[in-house]
Amino acid sequence: MQSGKIVVENLYKVFGAQPQEAIDLLKQGWSKDKILAEKGAVIGVSDVSFSVEEGEIFVLMGLSGSGKSTLIRLINRLVEPSAGNVYIDGQNVAKLPKKQLIDLRRRDMSMVFQSFALMPSRTVLDNAAFGLEVAGKSRKEREKRAMEVLTQVGLDTFAHKFPHELSGGMQQRVGLARALAVDPSMIIMDEAFSALDPLKRREMQDVLLELQKTHRRTIIFVSHDIEEAMRIGTRIGIMEGGKLIQVGTPQELVDNPANDYVRNFFDTVDTNRYLTAGQLKADSVPLFVHNGKAPDAHTVSQALQALDKHYAFIVDENHRFYGSISLEKIALLVEGGQTRGLDHAVLKQINPVPEDMPLDQVIGRLVDNEGPIPVVDGKGIYCGAISKGRLLTRMQGE
Amino acid sequence: MSEKKLDLGSWVNDVVQHLLDNYSGGFDSIGGVVSGFSEGIESVLMLPPAWLLIAIFVGLGLWRIGARFAAFTAVSFILIVLTGFWEQTVVTLGLTFSATLISLALGIPLGIWAATSERVTTIIRPILDFMQTMPAFVYLIPAAMLFGLGRVPGIIATVIFAMPPAVRLTNLGIRQVNKEIIEAGQSFGCNSRQLLFKVQLPNAMPSIMAGVNQTIMMALSMVIIASMVGAGGLGNDVLASIQRLDIGLGFESGMAVVLLAIILDRITESFGTKQTEKRNSLISWVSAKLQRE
Repeated sequence: MQSGKIVVENLYKVFGAQPQEAIDLLKQGWSKDKILAEKGAVIGVSDVSFSVEEGEIFVLMGLSGSGKSTLIRLINRLVEPSAGNVYIDGQNVAKLPKKQLIDLRRRDMSMVFQSFALMPSRTVLDNAAFGLEVAGKSRKEREKRAMEVLTQVGLDTFAHKFPHELSGGMQQRVGLARALAVDPSMIIMDEAFSALDPLKRREMQDVLLELQKTHRRTIIFVSHDIEEAMRIGTRIGIMEGGKLIQVGTPQELVDNPANDYVRNFFDTVDTNRYLTAGQLKADSVPLFVHNGKAPDAHTVSQALQALDKHYAFIVDENHRFYGSISLEKIALLVEGGQTRGLDHAVLKQINPVPEDMPLDQVIGRLVDNEGPIPVVDGKGIYCGAISKGRLLTRMQGE
Repeated sequence: MSEKKLDLGSWVNDVVQHLLDNYSGGFDSIGGVVSGFSEGIESVLMLPPAWLLIAIFVGLGLWRIGARFAAFTAVSFILIVLTGFWEQTVVTLGLTFSATLISLALGIPLGIWAATSERVTTIIRPILDFMQTMPAFVYLIPAAMLFGLGRVPGIIATVIFAMPPAVRLTNLGIRQVNKEIIEAGQSFGCNSRQLLFKVQLPNAMPSIMAGVNQTIMMALSMVIIASMVGAGGLGNDVLASIQRLDIGLGFESGMAVVLLAIILDRITESFGTKQTEKRNSLISWVSAKLQRE
């Protein structure tokens, strides 16, 4: 068994009279369409396996009818699996007796819905407290907790309103508050922001990301919006015809799509936006080591001329970035008759950028600097440079 | 009448006769319960003086609908008092309430059951169709044979006639609750009882209240007809006016029925539709009670 917060193993869902027969036929290589035509069984989810790590946002993507909504309902068993296993913290939900399943739902998992699914005859507060009420918490206790989560989503002043008095975005904040109120370690979100307009959708994504900063929960998020998936997803799983075709980080999917179906998702997206400094860097700038004393001006000057470069970077003996130097500066130095050390000519005010800096910020830094900018890894070790030319080439697609 | 090839009617006669011969004790005890219940309700309605009962209805109209409807209610009841039909109106009201309460007590649970099972729905549907479309007078004959004359057969026949909408609209209301709302209930760990009382019933309430409204209206129309077996109330006057071809009496008693019908209809309807505007409505109150359990 794989490890992870949620582990899904060879999961099937067949809608029809003889699910086992249909699964056997699938294993024999029958197509979904043939099974529907000859046996009348609809394959909802077919042999899906994946795992979700603690604290990540796992986005399931696919066109409508690809089985993503069914798949998440198999995880909290709103839909009964036909075959396969779903482990949550090592416990097989697919085989759990009803009573323990209800316990698990009350204690540790919740769900957010596309249509918000609030109860119209309950106030915002009572809606947020719903899960706690079902779990049998006292009125005082559940209202206190509901108020806390409403404050977190910025709706505390609306606690005594009814859902129909709120806008769509606000209603979904209530839906989110209801899911948070039971303090679950995992939340299933089914197209949770799809019914909202683009601005509100972005706003809700920010709310979600902000909440994740203070309290990391494991989230399975179904979406058909690739921008949303790339924005919030730690990893993305792409579904087609009930099958999970590919799982990976947004960048992995952009770089190595498994097939045209996956590639098509990213067609409409300006994938460059998701490039980071680490992906843009190159070994294009000559490097010199400053081991207590600066390298010799002549050596550097000749090397740069030989390589037809205008800039060089200097690192210390631990390979940390020390400074940059340009050919012109060296020339001035040599003209002034000072040929010993380069220390006076080294520009130290240039700050290296971290590998995970997104493209838009990298551009900003390039604009502020005359020459290339150095990139360092998480430990501050120099690992490459980005020049203006390099950036343009990379964005055009090498 | 042309010659009969198949005599269904005589079979029905035989069945009723058989019931009468073998189970009259059972029917007597049912009759006793119904009779006691409806007499209880009637005496409660008779207890306050006319002006107090009128004031209660006017107050309800003012709270639920508005000043104009309250004024209409007041004028209507005063008209009924002045034409001398007050007592019969209260009797009719009592019969209507008794029949309605029995219909709802049977119909709503039956509707809930039907909503949970496709098979129950399939079995119940033709029976409900039969109950609703069979000419209402026809129930009066076996009812009178099994329970004797008086208010009991009247109420029993009325219950049969007025129960279908309560069953149907409860069933429909529960089935129409948004699928994601049901899923929300389940995903937060509702057991089936919590799902019914915290999710399905509160969300089906507008539809159930529409059923209550229709049941009341059908019960009112049927208790008038039930005067043929001696149920009493305004129906007696309507019946008398037909027998004596007394147009004046027919108009006066008929008008009392119409006014009563309008008042009952508007007030019960308001409990179904104004749920969202009026927070202190019966529905919120009922669902709050249900949710608290």
